[in-house]
This record gives sequence, structure tokens and C-alpha cells, in this order.
Amino acid sequence: MMRFHPTEEQLAIQDALRGTLADSFPKERLHELVDGDTDFDKPSWDALMALGLGGLALPEIWGGAGLGLLDLAMAIEVLGDGAAAGPILQHCLVALAIASSASEELKARWLPELASGGTVATVAWGGEWLPEKWTVKIEDGVLSGMVRYVPGANAAHLFLVGTAGGGLALCELEAGMRVSAQHSSDRSRRTATVTFKNAKAVELFEPGDPTVARLFDAALVLIAADALGGAQHCVDLSVAYAKEREQFGQPIGRFQALKHQLAGMALEVEPARAMMWYAAYAWDMQLAEASRAAAMAKAHIADRFVSVARAAVAAHGGIGYTWEYGLVIWFRRSMFDRAYLGSPAVHRARAADLAGW
Amino acid sequence: MDLSYGAEAENYRSEVRAFVKREWQPGERRGSDLGAYIKNFRHRATNEGLLYRFVPKRYGGSEQPVDVVRAQVIREEFSRARAPMEVGGNGMAMLVPTLLERGTEAQRERFIRPTVEGDYVWGQGYSEPGTGSDLASVRTKGELIDGEWVINGQKIWTSQGGGANYMFALIRTEPQAKKHDGISYLLIDLDQPGVTRRPIRQMTGDAGFYEFFFDNAKTPADWIVGERGEGWKVSRTTLKHERASIGSAASLGAQFEKLVELAREVERDGRPAIQDPEIRQLLTRIEGWVMAHRCSSYRLFSLAAAQEEPGIVQLMMKLLLTETGHEIALAAQELIGDEALLEPPPSGHGKRGPSKWLDQIMGSLGNSIAGGTTNIHRGIIAERGLGLPRDLAMGGE
Repeated sequence: MMRFHPTEEQLAIQDALRGTLADSFPKERLHELVDGDTDFDKPSWDALMALGLGGLALPEIWGGAGLGLLDLAMAIEVLGDGAAAGPILQHCLVALAIASSASEELKARWLPELASGGTVATVAWGGEWLPEKWTVKIEDGVLSGMVRYVPGANAAHLFLVGTAGGGLALCELEAGMRVSAQHSSDRSRRTATVTFKNAKAVELFEPGDPTVARLFDAALVLIAADALGGAQHCVDLSVAYAKEREQFGQPIGRFQALKHQLAGMALEVEPARAMMWYAAYAWDMQLAEASRAAAMAKAHIADRFVSVARAAVAAHGGIGYTWEYGLVIWFRRSMFDRAYLGSPAVHRARAADLAGW
Repeated sequence: MDLSYGAEAENYRSEVRAFVKREWQPGERRGSDLGAYIKNFRHRATNEGLLYRFVPKRYGGSEQPVDVVRAQVIREEFSRARAPMEVGGNGMAMLVPTLLERGTEAQRERFIRPTVEGDYVWGQGYSEPGTGSDLASVRTKGELIDGEWVINGQKIWTSQGGGANYMFALIRTEPQAKKHDGISYLLIDLDQPGVTRRPIRQMTGDAGFYEFFFDNAKTPADWIVGERGEGWKVSRTTLKHERASIGSAASLGAQFEKLVELAREVERDGRPAIQDPEIRQLLTRIEGWVMAHRCSSYRLFSLAAAQEEPGIVQLMMKLLLTETGHEIALAAQELIGDEALLEPPPSGHGKRGPSKWLDQIMGSLGNSIAGGTTNIHRGIIAERGLGLPRDLAMGGE
């Protein structure tokens, strides 16, 4: 039966996550992290994992909830809204990759650990984002090469590494790896350069395995979901501010110029919500259009996030430009979501190719 | 989520498809012969419960329970076979729903059936030369004299104005009352000596709209929908219907497909424009908006099917459509290049080259004015959608 709006259950999961994140990760804590030197926040990580986030899209036999990418994406959207810190999205992707593999041994070894969040995992695909451009070599079970822009590498124990030609390998933190933190602009999701020098690894998918492309598409959908949540936050914050801030003896939200700006921001974000759902739905249903829908969603929604983050600063005026107010955190997250996994232009070019133009 | 219509709907689709295949065979019919055949086809389709579903049987409809999925299946199957749907225009979209909600039994008896049959074509009499976005400031005057309304003034921007034989209009009948409380919703026969019509030549050179002059035009006392002074409220029902119909998704998708087709046809640097990386970026950037619009229409459709509230996104569909229309216009202008220097031949006169895009390039501006200008819609999104305080000039406190 036709249904293209969230179920009660999906909304309840979003509510639960929103509440848990608000309780375990108050705004002061977010600012502490941003002003400190790490992006890994144990209390909120544990609270979100205890709620079942790590296993949301994993099969029930491995401690998961057996839900789809759409449900996971809707969860990530809430975390984007709340600027959750650390490699949560990447952690969920690693679990999804292992669950998609043929190895029962690896599943048994890692999935319960990842579902519970006891082990932190992340994805090392950075710099050259597209699978066909990945460079790390795997030979006789050892990795050599370098990957940039790896989120959460300081906290992670397990790495899903993109290998030359578009394969995926699984690597536990070990002596043959060097993690060096980068000076990241998004301080809620800091990145590192990871160098592999004869690091032991298990090959999860060989180059050319179609599962790799599918996992990459899933990653695009999830980053689009994060961007959607972040963009919504920018709109909500700006609207709330326009209602309470007074100038010339009245709330500034009464002035038509600002009203129209805010309406324009909402017009960028709200219609994109269903686009994100569609991309996730297409992935879950394995529609022929799934890959293209993921590319289009990543390109469009990351652009929207950047656009409304800029507009939000403008709508606030001076306070929006301060460090203290915190809008800057979402602004910087918008730049992360735009660049991470390839820019909108990269994915639009792919979408044009995929359309057969 | 699930975008399939489900087994029940697919069974229904087979029935509809079989009906259309059996009953819609226009063959070589032309002119009035074809017109009579279409009228007869619509009767059969209505008897089958396929057309005029929200109109009661006693007024010529098929009186079906609300079922947006079935309605969508019917639209798809008719469109697939290029079979005619209901008669279009303001009558079905606006007047009939209004009469069903607010009309008297006599008015329904009198007006709905001939509208359904396509014999009554309705013009909308809302805007006036001094009354655009501030619609409640209408000045066209109606006075009840000797048992009939005597109307004086001017209405403008009436689509279908050339063929219309009736009008539903907002007329100031209570000059002493406050702005919004002094208006009545009157029905007017346009074929009478007191009414003069004149086409308005628009940007494209065509005349899609008319203006009407009322000089002691008459209408019976009981051709008023709702009470005296209630016209503003009555008209809100109709505008709601119009907004819903303007925001339809299929037209935008089709327009974008035509743009892609254009990019295949025209050349840039000696190769099809669509192979140019810059054009590919341009097209996919626009397509992002087209997809967001399409997916949002799935969302609204689904909410309507579940009889749930549509929320803020419904307020955005018209603006999303027209804003994307502007983007398409600019892209088309880039693609047609020097053809923009040529006036296209009028439509219906043989093959038209890329210069036919001039109609869309200019028409997109008309779309963003009709049915509430872009700025009016931004205000609606901000106030009704985002809950921002009302503008003082527009009645805020």
C-alpha cells in the first residue's frame, strides 16, 4: 500500500534519539568539545548506542533492530540537527559493510560489538573519494598507503579501508598504522591522516564487487541525512531568534525582508526531506535509480545545508557571527558535509553519467 | 515507505485500463463529431465511477468515496491512453467545490450539471486593476435594486475569458462594512448587454486573459453564494482548491524532460550541448529541485491518502514549482543561444524550433504571478508555516 511519509515508529525513534542526545550531550558539552582537543564524547556515544543506534540497520541475530537504511538515515538526520560529535555515521557504515559480507566469522566477531558500541569503528576513504580512485594497496593481507580525512580515527579501533580499484578491507588498530590528527575545521567531527605500513587487514570486498558501490551509495544517503538535519537546525534557530529578538520596538520576524529570507530558507530545506527519504527508500528497495538518487541527494542537500547555514548567519546579524553563540558549529558542519565523500559537482557529474546523458 | 500502490489498486488499474481500452476509440472523428463522442465518453466514464468522483450523482457526478490512490490510478490510465478526463478550467476546479460546500440546493441544481457537461464555462472575477495581492480591496459595486443585483466596475486577469459564459466574482455589496466584511460572492451571466470583454495582450504576444467591464450588468438576487458580506470567506474555499491544483508535480517533471531533450538537440562547441560538462552541471543542479518537488508531491499524496494533515510543505509547492520554472527558463535561454533573437511561430502552426522556448522563458514569469505572487507565497510560508508574526499592514496586531 502506497505510503510515503514516516510511520509512528520512525517518528518515535527520532523522538527517542532527540531526547537522548539532548540529555547526554547538552549544549555546554558540545561547546566544551569544540573548544577542546577531541571530538569523541563517551557519555553521548554510550547513551546513543544503549538506545540501539549502532544496530538499527543490522539483522536481529547480531543484536540489531533489523531496520533499513531509511530508518538509519532518519536517525542520522536527528544527530545532524543536534550536531552529535564523533564518527557515528561512519561507525554505522562499517557495521553495514560487515553485515553485507559473506563472512559469518567476521559478523560474529564484530557485529555484536559494533551494535553495542563497545568497539568504535570508522571509515577510511578520504581524499580521493570515489571507489575507483582509492589508492591503498592490499597484498598478502597487508595494507600500505595513506588515507586523509578519516573522521574519528583517534577513537576508533576498527577501520574500513578503501583499497585500490575499489575494494574494502577491515583493519584493526595495530602497530603498522599511524594516525596523525589534522587541524580540522569541523571540530565536532575531526579528521586524521591514517598511514598504513604493512598493516594486517582482512579483505572484505574485492575491487569491482558491486557491494562496494552500494555501500558508497549508502554513505552518500547518510551524509545527505546529516546535512538535512543540520540545515533544519539552521532554519529553526533563525526562526526562533526572529520571534524573540526585538528592534524598533517589535520582533524582527515581523519585518517582511527577514520573513522572506526565512521563508526562502525553509523552502530550501523542507522539500529536501522527501528527497532524502526517496534516496534511502530507493537504496532499501534496490531500485535501478538508487545510485543516481543517492548522488543527487548528496549534491542537492549538502548544497542546501551550506546555503541555509550562510543565510542563518545573515538572518541573525552580529550574534550569528560570534563563536560563543554556536551557529558556527553548524556552519562548519555544512562545510564538512559538502566536501566529505566528494563535492556536489562531483556527484552531479556522476548523476549526469548515470542518466546516460 | 512504499511507493507501490498495492494489490487492490493494481486490480483497480486493470479494470480502468480495460474500460478505457474498450470505450475510448475516437478513430478518425474530427470537429463537432469528436466533441459529441468525447461528451458521450465522459458520460460512460462517469457511470463507471471514474470521472467527477466528488460530485453527487444528482448533479451529474459519480459520487465516489474519497480515494486519492484510485483517483491517481484513473489519471494515469486515462493519460496513458490519451483519453479525455473531466472538463478543465475554473468551473470544475473552483466553482463546483464551492457550490457543494456553500451553495444553496437551487444553485447546485442550476449550475453544477451544465458545468460538468462543459456547457457552462466559468471565468474567475477576483482581480481588479487596483486590486492585485490586496484582493479584499475589490471595488466593483453590486446594489440590490428591484430584486436583482446591479453591477458596475471592472474585473481583470480572467483566464478562459474568451470562452467563458459565466463568472463567479467578488463584488462589494456592503460599502459601509469593514473591508473583508463588505464583499459578496456573486454568479454572473456574461452574455448580456451590460458586460463588455476585452483580451489582454501579454508578454508572449498571446492573449491568455481577458478583462471585463460591468456597466449596469444584472444578476438575479439569489445568485449569491453564502450570505451578503460573506464573499471573502466563501472565496477562501475556492482559492484552496486552486493552490492545490497549480502545485501539481507532473508538469514540472515533463518540463525538465523537455529541457534535457533540448540539450540533446542543440549544439555547443560542435557537439550536443548535453555533453558539455557545464551544461551537465546546470541540468543536474536544476534536477535537484525537480526531484525535491516530485518526492514532496509523493509525500503530500501519501498524507492525503492517509487523511493526515499536509503540514508546511503544502504551502511551498507552488513556489517551488515557479522558482524551478525560472531556473529552467534561464537554462533554456543559455541552450537556445541565438534562437532567442527570433520570435517563435504561433503554436499550432507547424514545427517550431528551439525559439518556441520563448513561451516558457516568458511564461514562467506569468506562473509566478498567477495564483498569488511569489512574495505573497513567501509571506504565507513565513506566517502560516513558520509562525512568524503577521505584518501590521496586513492586519497583524
